[in-house]
Amino acid sequence: MDISFDLLINAVAAGLLLGGFYAAVTAGVSISFGMLDIVNIAHPAFIILGSYIAYFININFGVDPILVSVIMLPVFFALGAFVYQVYYLSFERRGQESLRGLAFFFGLLFVTEVTLILVFGVDYRYVEAVYIGPSIHIGLVDLPLRMLVPCLTALALFGAIELFITHTFLGRAIMAVSQDQLALQLMAADPIRIKRIAFGISIATAAVAGALLIIIQPVEPSVGREYIGRVFAICVLGGLGSMPGTLIAAMLLGVVESLTATFYGPSWAPAVAFGFLLLTLAFRPAGLLGR
Amino acid sequence: MTEVNTAKFALIVIAIGAAVMAFAHWFNVDYLFFASYTILQFIVLSTAWNILGGYCGYVNFGSAAFFAMGAYSSVFMHKFYPLPIPVLIVISAIVTGVAGLGMGYLTLRLRGSFFAIATLALAVVLQTLVVNWEYVGGSRGAYIIRPESLAFAGITINYIEYLFALMLLLAVLALVTARVIERSQLGFGFATIRDDELAAEACGVPTLRLKLIATTLSGAFMGMAGAPFPYYIGYLQPQSAFGLEYAVNSIAMPMIGGTTSWVGPLVGAILLGSAQQYATVTISSAVNLLIVGLMLVAFVIIAPNGLIGLVQERLRRRQP
Repeated sequence: MDISFDLLINAVAAGLLLGGFYAAVTAGVSISFGMLDIVNIAHPAFIILGSYIAYFININFGVDPILVSVIMLPVFFALGAFVYQVYYLSFERRGQESLRGLAFFFGLLFVTEVTLILVFGVDYRYVEAVYIGPSIHIGLVDLPLRMLVPCLTALALFGAIELFITHTFLGRAIMAVSQDQLALQLMAADPIRIKRIAFGISIATAAVAGALLIIIQPVEPSVGREYIGRVFAICVLGGLGSMPGTLIAAMLLGVVESLTATFYGPSWAPAVAFGFLLLTLAFRPAGLLGR
Repeated sequence: MTEVNTAKFALIVIAIGAAVMAFAHWFNVDYLFFASYTILQFIVLSTAWNILGGYCGYVNFGSAAFFAMGAYSSVFMHKFYPLPIPVLIVISAIVTGVAGLGMGYLTLRLRGSFFAIATLALAVVLQTLVVNWEYVGGSRGAYIIRPESLAFAGITINYIEYLFALMLLLAVLALVTARVIERSQLGFGFATIRDDELAAEACGVPTLRLKLIATTLSGAFMGMAGAPFPYYIGYLQPQSAFGLEYAVNSIAMPMIGGTTSWVGPLVGAILLGSAQQYATVTISSAVNLLIVGLMLVAFVIIAPNGLIGLVQERLRRRQP
């Protein structure tokens, strides 16, 4: 096959930008699934909810979508804390998280999606911002701002989470919960409170990821389902809860997907994530940087 | 309740099925067949889901994927070499059974939740494959011309009645299988996995083998439910075969009915299935899916053992 160097390098660049965005999408699941062992399959639904809030405020009041998402952070945090409280009281405390807890999150995913369909319909929605449209050219490489801005925002978010987890008391407490909940209890700390905060943070990232998503591509309610495979593929490949691993895995998936879309057509791209997930589970279930 | 053996149970279920069939035939309204076909299909799907989900405690979110795999096996065979539907059902069962086995083998050795996640992603990927596969219609879908009627041994019957009878048989087969499993050593093995997998493994229960049997059986029944679907609908599109309603209903029905026995999925499928048939006609299909989703969330929180659990609790309280 004749592969032009030009096309190849642009595909790789686009993939890296996409990968940065995937890292933001996965950050929340890395916390909830990777650290807290809560299989929150409804996470993509919260991301789509974030997209629609950004869309609604952007279209009606002309506010920048990323700014909207920053304003929405406390709201999403509260939502996450509430969802965790329900999850804890109904399932985790009774030790039923494996079957009923999963069904609960599946129900949430479903209800959110159908509600969005009922309110906004199934049309694709998009936002308006100054950085949608122009692009920067560096040599052969084209960097559309529509991709570059989300990627940089995503990396900033990702860095902030990593710093928070490794350098603050609360962040270390979250790591401690993920390692040994009983030990934490013996230290007279309330693991449930810490988990509630951590889950709140995980859902809060969905507000930002949602705004970034609707900048990158038009959104309709069922788009979230495509992200379930991606998010968990990245999370597992990244080694469940390891932030650097997640970033590498996200970049890798972004590049492979971008290459697939460029050379085989975009309709094949969703299959890549699943292939990734299956290969990881088969050969490297502990992840890239796994212990 | 007196104990009924399997042969008697099968006869009773078949008798009820025949009565339903005769009743529908007597009314002679095609809509009745179309509506009850869908409900029977959900009985098969939710019973199949429950073999893995309810008995073993492993959640399969990919019911739609297995269902669509069965439906598309039929489409493929229809284009390749047309065969009678019962043969297609067997072929679909083999295809989806093997798929279930493969998925199980890759993911069930690891943490429990990996299987659930993989099945969730399976639907997206299979849909991608089908959309890109021109032979079975691609994204445009495939037409299957359904004959008006079928002549069999000198008797001519309406085609929809034929499909209905097939689905009825499948439902009977699924229910009998589920009930047999429940009362066999296999079922007790499944229950040990559900209750405490580590302890079961330590006691020498071959957990992986049992789980693989469950995924294979469950997948095969879902595929069987999908096999006659192209003939029923006449025009199969990826969006309809991979429809959300299959994924959510096959989880919601057993959860709402109760997951511990074969009665739960049956009750759930009949109640939810008929309610949806009614709601789709009177309200809109999106609203009715929303109601199913909300009921699922409400039931897993408030009534973890479903309707059957509620009834049993009531009975227990009445006894001193």
